[in-house]
Amino acid sequence: MSIEHDFLVGVSKSFGLFYLLALSAAVLVYAYWPSNKKRFDSAARSILRDEDKPWP
Amino acid sequence: MLLGVVGRDDPIGIHGALIFAAGILTIFLIGKDYYAPEPSDERFASYYDDPTKAGIVLAMIWVVFGLAVGDWVAWQLVNPNLTFGGGWSSFGRIRPVHTTAVIFGFGGNGLIATSLYVLQRTSRARLPDQLSPWFVLLGYNLFCVLAVTGYPMGITQSKEYAETEWYADIWLVVVWVVYFLIYLRTLARRKEPHIYVANWYFMAFILVVAMLHIVNNLAVPVSIGHAKSYTLFSGVQDAMIQWWYGHNAVAFFLTAGFLGMMYYFLPVRAGRPIFSYRMSIISFWGITFLYMWAGSHHLHFTALPHWVQTLGMTFSLMLLVPSWASAGNALLTLNGAWAKVRDDATLRFMMVAAVFYGLTTFEGSFMAIRAVNALSHYTDWTVGHVHAGALGWVAMITFGSIYAVVPWVWKRKSMYSAGLVEAHFWLSIAGALVYVFAMWNSGIIQGLMWRTYSEDGTLTYSFVDSLIAMHPYYVARAIGGLLFLIGGCIGAYNIWMTIKLPNPISEATADQPEPKAIGASPQPAE
Repeated sequence: MSIEHDFLVGVSKSFGLFYLLALSAAVLVYAYWPSNKKRFDSAARSILRDEDKPWP
Repeated sequence: MLLGVVGRDDPIGIHGALIFAAGILTIFLIGKDYYAPEPSDERFASYYDDPTKAGIVLAMIWVVFGLAVGDWVAWQLVNPNLTFGGGWSSFGRIRPVHTTAVIFGFGGNGLIATSLYVLQRTSRARLPDQLSPWFVLLGYNLFCVLAVTGYPMGITQSKEYAETEWYADIWLVVVWVVYFLIYLRTLARRKEPHIYVANWYFMAFILVVAMLHIVNNLAVPVSIGHAKSYTLFSGVQDAMIQWWYGHNAVAFFLTAGFLGMMYYFLPVRAGRPIFSYRMSIISFWGITFLYMWAGSHHLHFTALPHWVQTLGMTFSLMLLVPSWASAGNALLTLNGAWAKVRDDATLRFMMVAAVFYGLTTFEGSFMAIRAVNALSHYTDWTVGHVHAGALGWVAMITFGSIYAVVPWVWKRKSMYSAGLVEAHFWLSIAGALVYVFAMWNSGIIQGLMWRTYSEDGTLTYSFVDSLIAMHPYYVARAIGGLLFLIGGCIGAYNIWMTIKLPNPISEATADQPEPKAIGASPQPAE
């Protein structure tokens, strides 16, 4: 393998760290964005509707 | 189905014949309906549940078979003479039959069956065509049959949970891609704009299992007519790839897929929306991105670089957050429905599954710590941990979901016997607890005995001493497994009798997704 150990460690300590942090931030922002709340609530209730047919 | 390998002078020949027979059978099955008229457009007015029904039946067949083999293996550890002298029935060959039958046979069929059900309901769209779900279901079962018939003959590439050889692996890739395409095509046809979170979990399960399977099974066969192949990796790289696969098989096959099941069937059965939809999204991304890095905790104290071991350990600890978020989310959903949990064994199955999920993920994070692993690794503690997850979480959530979905798809008022569901529940929980406690005790004693030094610095106990100490726990484990097996048989019988119930109830009542609480007065949905 030509990929050096130091290179891998360097990438995981810099890029790897920030991409996971950025991802976590993005997920939290998406989940807690106030205007998304209505959509999520209706999605949570959507499986409880009394129907068993595809929508036309 | 393609007849890839037919008639070789190797054990592969038997498999060639098997595939050939499956191919002929399929040609006849399709041929029978070949001249049937095009299905009318009316079919789009209902969901396509026949593959789900077949999947449930297959799952129950696999679970009885898999548990029976597992219990046989457990008794072999009590009394080695139970191999009856055959090479094919030795521990090393029968154990993968057990693991494959329960994980892939039972778990996989359960996942395919329920995911197709959930996919259609949450998308409010029918599956895109008639043939591909059958291809996936039957093709997948052909893979499972190839696997469990191969191991006793000695066909194995010796990778735990990925023992199947190259030709079966290639076949599974084809099947799996079609499965993913069904998912994407149905979602493309969806009428409900939002994709319900259960589908995210199911899709992560399908997509990541494909990735893992392909990478871990990169191998070069000896020849096209020979079952044996050699993996592309070697040494510690091979070990790391294998456990990257192995741990993510736990993560995405045994966790993400079954979480998808839980996020649909538990709220529907309880008649309450999930406690926090936001939390389910956060746990989803947490689980998908953290699990990927945890595999190296299987290789503590090996030739694997120290920092990679530490990386796996750290990510395993962080995993506790999304795991407990999911378990807590499930249990908090039941707040206000505890009366139903008391009365309805089906919902209780799902509740207990969530509790076991929480316990097992905590235990798993704990065992991934290097210092704890020093004691637990290579002992029965690991076996106990795995079975707390497999029996307590995976099997319980699947049984609960199957008991919920059987009356819905077969349009029955309820299961054939609520009492038998109840019996199955108590046998399962007793079996799982006996099993897990036996293995905890045995594992910790084993670990301690192996590391006890005398005053002059020699080992106090020989290996045989530890074996003798294990014996009573192995008996207890086999009894626990037997209880679980009896429960599984009762479940299979109950489901079969439900299918055979003569009086399908009228469409109007059967169509209500809100089930009648079994054995109790029906309670209105929220």
